[in-house]
Amino acid sequence: MRRSALGRIWPNTIAVVLFVGFVFPVYWMFATAFKPTGDIIAENPVWFPTDVTLSHFTKAVHADHFWTLVLNSVTVTVCSVLLSLVIALFAAFALARMRFKGRRGLIVTFMLAQMAPWEVMIIAIYMLVRDNDMLNSLVPLTAFYAVMVLPLTILTLRGYVAAVPKELEESAMVDGCTRTQAFVRVIFPLLAPGLMATSLFGFITAWNEFPLVLILNKDIGKQTLPLWLSQFRTAFGDDWGATMAASSLFALPILILFIFLQRKAVSGLTDGAVKG
Amino acid sequence: MSVQTEGTDTAGGPAVRKATAAPPPGGAHAGPAAPARRGAAAPYLLLLPALLVTAVLLGWPLVKNGMLSFQNLNPRQLIQHLTEWNGVANYTEVLGGSDFWHVVERSVFFTAANVVLIMGLGTLIGLLLARLGRRMRLLLLLGLVLAWAMPVIAATTVYQWLFAQRFGVANWVLDKLGWHAMADYNWLGTQFSTFAVVTVLIVWQSIPFVAINLYAATTTIPRELYEAASLDGAGAWQSFTSVTFPFLRPFLYATTFLEVIWVFKAFPQIFAMNEGGPDRLTETLPIYAFVEGVGNQHFGVGAAISFLTILVLLVITSYYLRMVLKQEEDEL
Repeated sequence: MRRSALGRIWPNTIAVVLFVGFVFPVYWMFATAFKPTGDIIAENPVWFPTDVTLSHFTKAVHADHFWTLVLNSVTVTVCSVLLSLVIALFAAFALARMRFKGRRGLIVTFMLAQMAPWEVMIIAIYMLVRDNDMLNSLVPLTAFYAVMVLPLTILTLRGYVAAVPKELEESAMVDGCTRTQAFVRVIFPLLAPGLMATSLFGFITAWNEFPLVLILNKDIGKQTLPLWLSQFRTAFGDDWGATMAASSLFALPILILFIFLQRKAVSGLTDGAVKG
Repeated sequence: MSVQTEGTDTAGGPAVRKATAAPPPGGAHAGPAAPARRGAAAPYLLLLPALLVTAVLLGWPLVKNGMLSFQNLNPRQLIQHLTEWNGVANYTEVLGGSDFWHVVERSVFFTAANVVLIMGLGTLIGLLLARLGRRMRLLLLLGLVLAWAMPVIAATTVYQWLFAQRFGVANWVLDKLGWHAMADYNWLGTQFSTFAVVTVLIVWQSIPFVAINLYAATTTIPRELYEAASLDGAGAWQSFTSVTFPFLRPFLYATTFLEVIWVFKAFPQIFAMNEGGPDRLTETLPIYAFVEGVGNQHFGVGAAISFLTILVLLVITSYYLRMVLKQEEDEL
């Protein structure tokens, strides 16, 4: 098929325009964060920062409770992801390797659970947590985040377990391993990349979660970064430099993780019809 | 949820799926009788923790939500831990008032506008990806992945800055393009313009998922189909309508449903942008339930609104799952 010069140029032009459009907000966040305030509140935007300053980052990092909130976010995220990985590993193994009654029904249940409208359930969750005297605590957050990511973790891991050839497991069992040993020594090491990729989505969900922490934890010492970030601008009186520095700090770990693991994770994800 | 990082089952599924072999005929793999019998309970035991936590932390709040919606639960009852059943009073109040129906109407329009934009632009960009050369494709993919990965609250904050009244880039560009009325425009000042900003944000964040998955799906279309079509004298447009589109149709259906569900329950973007303002005019159903229930402390009424919203979502979700399950009947 021959294409005219014009036919080759326009898709590339559109691609560049789209690239700029998609990247610009991310670029602008980082650019603003590094620009001196004079360049931020300029009548004409300074597209490429020439003077670079770290003062906005200093300000964000020294905001009240910043390190407490970082610690809270990290604790809640890591604990909930680990918790759901352990629980999911058992379930995924059963769903991928064993035949039993009700298996199909359970898979459908997890698919349904994956689409649970958590955003709309927060009033009921608030009442339950309050009745158990656990408002302003990281424990319910961790538990609920673990369950939020659990169905997706199970469905994705199921794909990874199924991808390990059954023969490997069987030959280990022929060599005298029990089924548990075969799992620990043969399947588990092969699952490592799958576990990494799966946990990425758990990380993103837990790291970003907003509605639940908004309603459950009014005490700032028990909040997490998304809530802090959403209130940052008001608290700092439209200081866009500091606000963008705070956004950058919050977004950076996820952006890095995502780019590193994206390919693997996306192919694993397409395995279990899911949407958060 | 939360993360907009999800997948659909499509023709573009990974090779992993193929490994889900058919069950061994006649239980050929079952060992000696005794371990087999002992093994009968094993899958249920392995699944027990997952089912237990799901039932307690997902099932119980759903039931609780239903129960709360039949209770008179205001600050007094809340503080004194009183349970006052009031039948369907919350529902008659909600369904009888005009507020609720305004919010429903708004939510439907908001969802429709977003989904149309996401699916339309996402499909076009997906097809563009398929047409680009390797380098340009990687460049565009990089841009899409960055937008996709951006945490929701960080993205919302950035959009507040892009559309800021003073020194915001959007106003500067519109002014330079000759629309001088926009020079100091307050985007969060009216219902329509606030929705416009939220829509740009949601569409920007949602397109990558559609475009990348659609592109992945197009790579699985067998080349022979195009060759056959061109032998039959089909032009570019005809080969699109007779080969590409029919092949992508199941994917497009499934993704549209996912986007409907996702946009309909979008919470952080709208709330963090302007808390449902100005004047509560950008409250969609989830925000409305939150503001009525928690903000105004009418927990019972809020629960009733939540419950109605959950019902709507449940209907859409079950439709979606039926469709997906039909597509992969043999793979479960």
